[in-house]
Amino acid sequence: MAVQTAPIPVSLPEEQARPNALQRVFRSYVFRRLVKALATIFAVVTATFFLIRLMPSNPVEIFIQEQIAMYGMSYQEARDQASALFAIDLDAPMSQQYLEYLGNLLRGDLGQSYRSKGTYVADIIRQFLPWTLFSVGTSLLISFVLGVVLGMLMAYRRETPIDYALSTFASLVSSVPNYLIAIILLVVLGPQLRIINIASMRGSISPGVQPGFTLHFFLDVLYHAALPIFVYVLTTIGGWMLAMKSSTIATLEEDYVTVARARGLKDGRIMTSYVGRNASLPLFTQLAISIGFVFGGSVLIEAIFVYQGIGQQLIKAINQRDYPVMQGIFLIITISVIMANLIADLLYSRLDPRIRLGQGETK
Amino acid sequence: MTFLKGIAHWVNQTLRLIARNKAGFLGFIGLLFFIFLAFVMPLFVPLDKTSRVDKIYNPPSAEHILGTDFQGRDIFSLVVHGGRDVIVIAFLTGAISTLIAVVLGSTSALLGGAVDSAIMTATDFWLAIPTFPLLAVLATQIKLNDVWLLSLILALLSWATLTRAIRSQVLSLRQRDYVEAARSLGMSNRHIIFKEILPNMMSYIAISLVFAMTAAVYAQGGLVFLGLLSFSDNNSWAVTIQLAWTRGAIFFKDSFLNIMAPVIAIALFQLSLVLFTRSLEEIFNPRLRVGV
Repeated sequence: MAVQTAPIPVSLPEEQARPNALQRVFRSYVFRRLVKALATIFAVVTATFFLIRLMPSNPVEIFIQEQIAMYGMSYQEARDQASALFAIDLDAPMSQQYLEYLGNLLRGDLGQSYRSKGTYVADIIRQFLPWTLFSVGTSLLISFVLGVVLGMLMAYRRETPIDYALSTFASLVSSVPNYLIAIILLVVLGPQLRIINIASMRGSISPGVQPGFTLHFFLDVLYHAALPIFVYVLTTIGGWMLAMKSSTIATLEEDYVTVARARGLKDGRIMTSYVGRNASLPLFTQLAISIGFVFGGSVLIEAIFVYQGIGQQLIKAINQRDYPVMQGIFLIITISVIMANLIADLLYSRLDPRIRLGQGETK
Repeated sequence: MTFLKGIAHWVNQTLRLIARNKAGFLGFIGLLFFIFLAFVMPLFVPLDKTSRVDKIYNPPSAEHILGTDFQGRDIFSLVVHGGRDVIVIAFLTGAISTLIAVVLGSTSALLGGAVDSAIMTATDFWLAIPTFPLLAVLATQIKLNDVWLLSLILALLSWATLTRAIRSQVLSLRQRDYVEAARSLGMSNRHIIFKEILPNMMSYIAISLVFAMTAAVYAQGGLVFLGLLSFSDNNSWAVTIQLAWTRGAIFFKDSFLNIMAPVIAIALFQLSLVLFTRSLEEIFNPRLRVGV
């Protein structure tokens, strides 16, 4: 799919004697990164629109034919209904349809489901996206922090039994697909050993539990999210551990660490503010990639644990060929990943002074 | 004769290098095992298609060494026949996406300028899109049941990470002294690319290929599991898992092997691939060999 991305204003005016405030903003890393994220979102939105309208098996046309076959509607009636559900005016010229589609999206109108009439795609997303953001976000935080700590431990205890044990564990969990680990956990802990009750852990909350700032609600949410979070952590932690280990080993050989030691600084201080901080920096670029992977993988994990997140809704829409819902959820998943990448990169730029100086991406 | 001797010598050397790294050697043995299981064993073990109502979820016995599934078929025969497509698709996808990545990544790094920023913009765009949901959506539009078509689509979705990695690898290699030397000697660009840069990237490329293979196994397994890949007559590990899953195999104590045998087959295959990359480093990177 050769998608033309929108032009990104990276070619800046020639060097001038003294950049004014506005020019400094345009040249800053944060600004350029923001523009890039918006351009990517714009490109994805555009691609989805044309994919929906111009594919050989065009979902809009399929819907119209279905309506004619099922309810004996006239072509125009079916077409009007398709217009309403997809939130596109099919009678307008393509360019105008496109502009209207963009306008509707900006207003949060993603059309309606056509399998369950009267349900707005935006409402489905509002209801189910928070659960996925919660489970994926929590697990990334846990696996990143744990992975950095364990990776440092491995580097400091290099070639000891702890290092070997942790290395083996890391390669084992990071090479097995997350949905297989989920199945193994489910089968072994559930019906085989009867340690956990699978059926009661399904869904994102138990029936009858009222959302609110109560301990009961909080514990119930954790109870249902525990298995998905555990699997996400288990399958991503190995990567962090191995990356942090090699990064720490490289950092330990740097001159400033030797100097810090020579100055007689305390080991704990060296470990945290000299080694830990600098060794974990390169991991932030990986964080961005891993957000996309975990978010994408959530589709499978949610299906296995019957966790009511956005991934589960995507599968439901796919199985029912509910195109407006499919399209809306796909867009939202992609936009979430792009925004998460943006945050990861901005976080990185806060931590790495080289980027703060405005020299652009260092790589 | 000397030719044969040359080959024997090369094989001997390579095997020695593979055996240098214990984990890598284990992965190599694992891969040999799976290739044997998927391509040779089917000649001796016919695919069991008969359902036997009186033999549902039988435990392992001399007749059925891994027991029987939800319709009384021999699980071992399902595992034996389930590997071929998985391995072929993984290899094809890995090869195609690595090829795309090598071409785009090295072009980007060597030409620089507008070409570089165009390729990198496209790469960043692809990287930002979560692949698996896109695959799931695409599966509703395209019938993905052909091995070649599926491999091609999986490859088209997975070249971006590799391209970035290969670009930075080429960027760093072209700064090296020996490349500078070749350039100042007036060697052609083609010579520099094929004789100086590519050979030094072989370990990187081989390892990328293996990781692309693991990603392909992940994606095809996931698609089958969600029921998005049609499987009229092809049988694969993922299909066995999917059928066991939809028949509720997770709820019964006796159906353990029905779902676990293919799960463990895929898991071990993936593990073998990842472990094997350790040996690949040894084979292609002479600097690692010194003083091991």
